[in-house]
Amino acid sequence: MTSLAIKSEPRRVSPAAVRVLRVVAVRLLGAVGVLVGAATATFFLIQAMPGSTTDVLLARTQASPAVRAQVIAEYRLDDSLFTQFFAYLGKLATGDFGTSFVLRRPVWDAIGTQLPRTLELVAATLVLTVVASVVLAVIGAGRRRWARSLFSGVEGLIVAVPPFWLGLVLLGVFSFSLHWFPAIGSSDFSGLVLPAIALAAHPVAVVTRVLREGLLRTLDEPFVLAARARGISEVALRARHVLRHAALPVTSLLGWITGSLIGGAVIIEIVFSRQGVGRLLLSAVQNKDMPLVIGVVLLAATVFVVVNALVDAAAWLLDPRTREH
Amino acid sequence: MVTALDTPTPVRRVRIPRAGIAAALVVLAVVAIAALAPGLLTGVDPNHADLGATLRPPDWDHWFGTDQNGRDLFARVAHGAGASVLIGLGATGLALLGGIVIGTLAAQTGRWGDEIISRLLDVVLAVPGLLLVFLVAAVMGASGFTATIGLAVGTVPGFARVVRAEVLRVRASTYVEAAHGLGHPGPRVVLVHVVPNAVGPVFALATVSLGAMIVASSSLSFVGLGPKPPTAEWGAMLAAGRDLASVAWWPTVFPGVAITLTVLAVTVLGQHLQARFERRTV
Repeated sequence: MTSLAIKSEPRRVSPAAVRVLRVVAVRLLGAVGVLVGAATATFFLIQAMPGSTTDVLLARTQASPAVRAQVIAEYRLDDSLFTQFFAYLGKLATGDFGTSFVLRRPVWDAIGTQLPRTLELVAATLVLTVVASVVLAVIGAGRRRWARSLFSGVEGLIVAVPPFWLGLVLLGVFSFSLHWFPAIGSSDFSGLVLPAIALAAHPVAVVTRVLREGLLRTLDEPFVLAARARGISEVALRARHVLRHAALPVTSLLGWITGSLIGGAVIIEIVFSRQGVGRLLLSAVQNKDMPLVIGVVLLAATVFVVVNALVDAAAWLLDPRTREH
Repeated sequence: MVTALDTPTPVRRVRIPRAGIAAALVVLAVVAIAALAPGLLTGVDPNHADLGATLRPPDWDHWFGTDQNGRDLFARVAHGAGASVLIGLGATGLALLGGIVIGTLAAQTGRWGDEIISRLLDVVLAVPGLLLVFLVAAVMGASGFTATIGLAVGTVPGFARVVRAEVLRVRASTYVEAAHGLGHPGPRVVLVHVVPNAVGPVFALATVSLGAMIVASSSLSFVGLGPKPPTAEWGAMLAAGRDLASVAWWPTVFPGVAITLTVLAVTVLGQHLQARFERRTV
């Protein structure tokens, strides 16, 4: 985030800005290295699979000789392993993930049509996570012991509930019994509520816990006493002063949240029979449609690694204590 | 970087009351009996279909009701414990073994070895948790075995990093220096003195992440990437129950309660062990 803001103002480049840019650039470069490694791993995975590479890439579908020849030419499969490797990496680097011969369309095209539905779910989950954890943490950061144990007990319980089961229970109660929400496969907004709740439950529990601990710690700080002495209301004190300090440790959770949302969305889409990348991936796995499986996995890895690099850089910027190494 | 599979541990540890630990032990004892000798809990065959008693709600004859084939759900939940817990336990065990070996190698092979191993671990970590299992399932075919392998591979990097750091710490201690000074051969010192003293924290981490493993493995069975039917397994039973959710609530409730209670008990005990371990080392 910060990097973008700075990049868009090239005239006001200060030494500090250069340092910031360098930190972000180093992290992103590391991310690119990791992704090249991941792409390399998928190349060897394809090689290791039983049968000829052509058959693997064709997902063992019946293809005409012309199509086979086209695949062989595209991936340079008649050349040495060395040439094949660079042809493969070159294709990925230019954003060409190949063709799914099961779906008979380019991998990018297949992912592109499903991606909006998955992003919709992830966005709704993120909004829900932020709102719910802030509200719950502010309510829960009371001084009473029993309230505190109650909150941490409930958080522990929620983390033990598998998200897909929570989804099933929500479906059973709110769709099949109460008919408040559409059952399954719905595409409008009301169909988004239950999946987002099921997917947000774990992040909300974890973020609330970290945020609440931060709030309690911050409430002991001298500046809180000073603010109180100036007669600030308790709500304004928490919203304006304390919350900002308490939010800092949450940045270190962003990487974990991203990873769990990517993995979790796949499962939740299947629970609710939602269209999306998760359903696409599952059918690709069942069909052994390797180009599509690899496309989805590398896309998810890219998002995950870039978010982690930015979080890492943000932690460096926000918290000087992480700068030692 | 954090693995998508493990839940971050709390900042300030919650003290678990004794009653909670006792309850967790009782739950785990029941799960262990169900996993090892389900015949002690129920005399009913989990795969016996009684077409005269399909989709019965819970009553005295069928405590958890029956499914669409008239199979007794209590028997299936009891017999399902083995498969459900085995994947989580197996993946954790494999990840521990892999983490200890790879972490020790990283610490012992000098700067280049360390660099290469660490970068390879970064590559594995780049794939968010469950997606790695999807990848393994696409390559090797979906089964309980591939789910175990996939989960283990995804967990190895986190464990290996902990082991690597510990090995480096232990190696710098005076007793290791003394063993070298006494003329013991290097590999012997590493195996006898360094590794046994370096694996404590990773075992503590493993007990805490076992709960997340069980949640992950049941999710995988639920989407069809675990043991194949008619094997009784909690996640797979929930998947079957999902199709019946509009007419019957019990097939989607009891297996989920079983997973939640097991994970809760494992996590409570894991945190208790970790807290004890930390008190001892501090």
